Amino acid sequence: MQFTIEVGRFNPEGTYPENAVPGAPFPAPWDRSPARRYQTFMVDLPEHAVVLDALIAIREYQDQSLAVRCACRSAICGSCAMWINGHANLACKSRLSAFTQDGKTRVESPPSMPIIRDLVCDMKPFWDKHLAVKPWLQNKQPVPPPNEEYRVSNASMEELIQEVSCISCSACLMDCESFAVNPDFLGPQALAQAFRYAGDPRDAETKERLAEYSKPGGIWDCTHCYECVTQCPKGVAPLEQILKLRRMAVDAGFTNNAGTRHADAFAESVRDSGRLNELTLMPKSVGFFNIVEQIKTLPSAFNLIRAGKLPPLIHKAIPGINRIKTIFERVGGRFK
Amino acid sequence: MITDHDVIVLGAGLAGMRAALEAARAGADVAIVTKVHPIRSHSSAAQGGINAAIAETDSWESHAFDTVKGSDYLADQDAVEAMTQEAPRDIIEFEHMGVIFFRGPDGKLGTRAFGGASQARTYFVGDITGQALLVTLYDQILKAGVKVYEEWFATALHMEGGACRGLVALEMVTGELHLLRSKAVIVGAGGLGRLYEPSTNALICTGDGYALAYRVGAPLMDMEMVQYHPTTLAGSGFLMTEAARGEGAYLLNSLNERFMKRYAPNKMELAARDVTSRAEATEIAEGRGIDGNVLLDLRHLGPDVILKKLPQIHEMALDYLGIDMVKDPVPVRPGMHYQMGGIKTDVEGATPVPGLYAAGEVACVSVHGGNRLGANSLLDTIVFGRRSGKVAADYAKSTPASTGGEALLRSEQERLRELLSRPYTGETNAGLRLELATMMDELVGLYRVEAGLLEALDKIKGFRKRYETIAVGDKGRVFNQALTFSLELGYLLDCGETIIRSALIRTESRGAHTRSDFPERNDKEWLKHILLTRHGEAEPELSYLPVTITRWQPEVRSY
Repeated sequence: MQFTIEVGRFNPEGTYPENAVPGAPFPAPWDRSPARRYQTFMVDLPEHAVVLDALIAIREYQDQSLAVRCACRSAICGSCAMWINGHANLACKSRLSAFTQDGKTRVESPPSMPIIRDLVCDMKPFWDKHLAVKPWLQNKQPVPPPNEEYRVSNASMEELIQEVSCISCSACLMDCESFAVNPDFLGPQALAQAFRYAGDPRDAETKERLAEYSKPGGIWDCTHCYECVTQCPKGVAPLEQILKLRRMAVDAGFTNNAGTRHADAFAESVRDSGRLNELTLMPKSVGFFNIVEQIKTLPSAFNLIRAGKLPPLIHKAIPGINRIKTIFERVGGRFK
Repeated sequence: MITDHDVIVLGAGLAGMRAALEAARAGADVAIVTKVHPIRSHSSAAQGGINAAIAETDSWESHAFDTVKGSDYLADQDAVEAMTQEAPRDIIEFEHMGVIFFRGPDGKLGTRAFGGASQARTYFVGDITGQALLVTLYDQILKAGVKVYEEWFATALHMEGGACRGLVALEMVTGELHLLRSKAVIVGAGGLGRLYEPSTNALICTGDGYALAYRVGAPLMDMEMVQYHPTTLAGSGFLMTEAARGEGAYLLNSLNERFMKRYAPNKMELAARDVTSRAEATEIAEGRGIDGNVLLDLRHLGPDVILKKLPQIHEMALDYLGIDMVKDPVPVRPGMHYQMGGIKTDVEGATPVPGLYAAGEVACVSVHGGNRLGANSLLDTIVFGRRSGKVAADYAKSTPASTGGEALLRSEQERLRELLSRPYTGETNAGLRLELATMMDELVGLYRVEAGLLEALDKIKGFRKRYETIAVGDKGRVFNQALTFSLELGYLLDCGETIIRSALIRTESRGAHTRSDFPERNDKEWLKHILLTRHGEAEPELSYLPVTITRWQPEVRSY
């Protein structure tokens, strides 16, 4: 079967094949990436072939200068995450037939990451974030003697297999909306690994971890866009792990941060009036007495006024608010 | 650029990183050189588990005997004893590092059954055991602050006064060649699966370590012992873990018959791998296959066991064949999987070349002999990785730093310049690699015969001549994979030649080495290892070493 592949080429040395034409990456909020050129290849492969089959065929028989990382070919090693039709995917797990749009498949290095050459991006941001969450067990004392394991339930180990299944391919970070605007965000993979250790019954520093992960750039900087859940090829669902960390952090008392205040402001507003009071949301999130941060939000407020989007100054409760309060009481927890 | 360290480890899979961690603990300044990021290493593909006699009902002697029997009595029994005695401690250490091993109801480590073992002693994490160990070990390397030269491709080992003192490596991102000097080098660079087509191995398993060591005079031992795994996915050749059969899966032929009853009436599907692979090949050859495959049937295990304990292979069969193993059997066939032979080392991981150590698949201690048992390879990497790291660090303490090497760096620069300046002939390295690997599978695969091996030897000499003229299809400096692929093919050719030569020499059938013209095992003549040592361009020197037998005399092997 004939497939048409459009490959984003980049070479810092400036040499390109003649038929590679200048172009821009897929429309996206990312503009840090240097300009590439796009080259079109035709490959003849079986119907069930994956994108990586095409790239290997191109590299072996059409253009040996195409740079692409790959090793296992079976979604185990995590080498070949790249942008396929504008979203991060493993090339070895993406069927060409499923990724053909308008008669072609477009592959390129994700514009959200620095680029080295062609489909090879610089993974440094990814590994730096991984290291930043201290991804190793801080052993609970006493450590059992050398011939004895920690006694823990199988359920507590199975609870972590989802995070251990991570193959560090970076597909989640490549498409992370929060990382796109804030390079300091720890990102989905690192935070999933953070939960992997914070949630391990053999770890002694759960509290210290939660304090660290609650800081700016941590668990509260995720915007719930679900890109990481959608793109992860191994079902790690990083967002779900971030939500688990948030729950653990709040339960452990790490509430003095904009993220918790923001969530609290939401819950309180809904409890008290049945809907969101947008007027008080921002001051409550940054802190009522944090005048400096509040002043920083003024330009946004003026923009809202100009666009006629300013929320009503008098916030009224919805009819039947008592029933909402009953729900809160039934659910229990911090807002009853 | 020239940089100095005490110990350099080549390769960042389980053996390499375990060696590096141990050398760092012993106080050495350690650096890892690896052509891919450590997490990309092929150790992550080990699915089923890792063996140890931990349970009170088990004993290291039983584990050792199973290993020796599995090896068809070619394993060195002192090495097997060391490995099986230390196995429990090494696995528990990984548990303390954080590996989320499967537990029994009492909260202690739980096991599954595996091939060739007299009892269930395989410890595991789902069917991603290798990955779970690799990630945990990588995180320990981060914690210990070990320097990693990531995406640096080794082109030659640096020898000084007859001892190994570092290596020359290509920094792929810049295209710059570096001299990394050290007092000791540990090779843990993994296998050579790309020499065979198809193979379960990753594209990076190109025999770099074997060839680099061989080229500086380290002998390669037992190279004829190439394992074919009984269950590789039809088409792609991806690994379907032995744990599937460990959990109870059946092998069926076209008559819907559990044919293993004719070959291994006691162990059935859990016979040793060489036995099972040959049984499948026989079924297929005698017309009871299905399009060149047999069937792996897991349906009776139920969705719970499949999805919880074997999720990865379930996903792979679905992704690459569109088969849901909960509902349908999966076509599988024997496929090249593992090299039992390798750089000859003693039980501490030292090679006969001073300053040069080896561990993992690339090494031959020998604990696997003629046939490796499933779940013994992960064990091999962590036991002998640790051992080699310790002795290399100790050796480095009493060894002065290297001062030379500039000449090697210059000659390597020259060699690569020549490679890049070759005129295009119309032939490609990829084409030659495929020809080589198809030939190895055909003539030096599951069954071998003298005429075929002679033909293979003749062919590989021709391949080598052609290889010397093939141009590199990319002249750039940055991430030139055409250049590294060309070097990898050179490594594969060296490995292939030693396998063919050793297979020709061993005129018997033992373990994975089956000679159709010599179908019986011959203990009188062949209870010994074959070693090949390279002396420049001349024919390699052949020598033998007796098998070390401590307590188990060879017996008839049946399962």
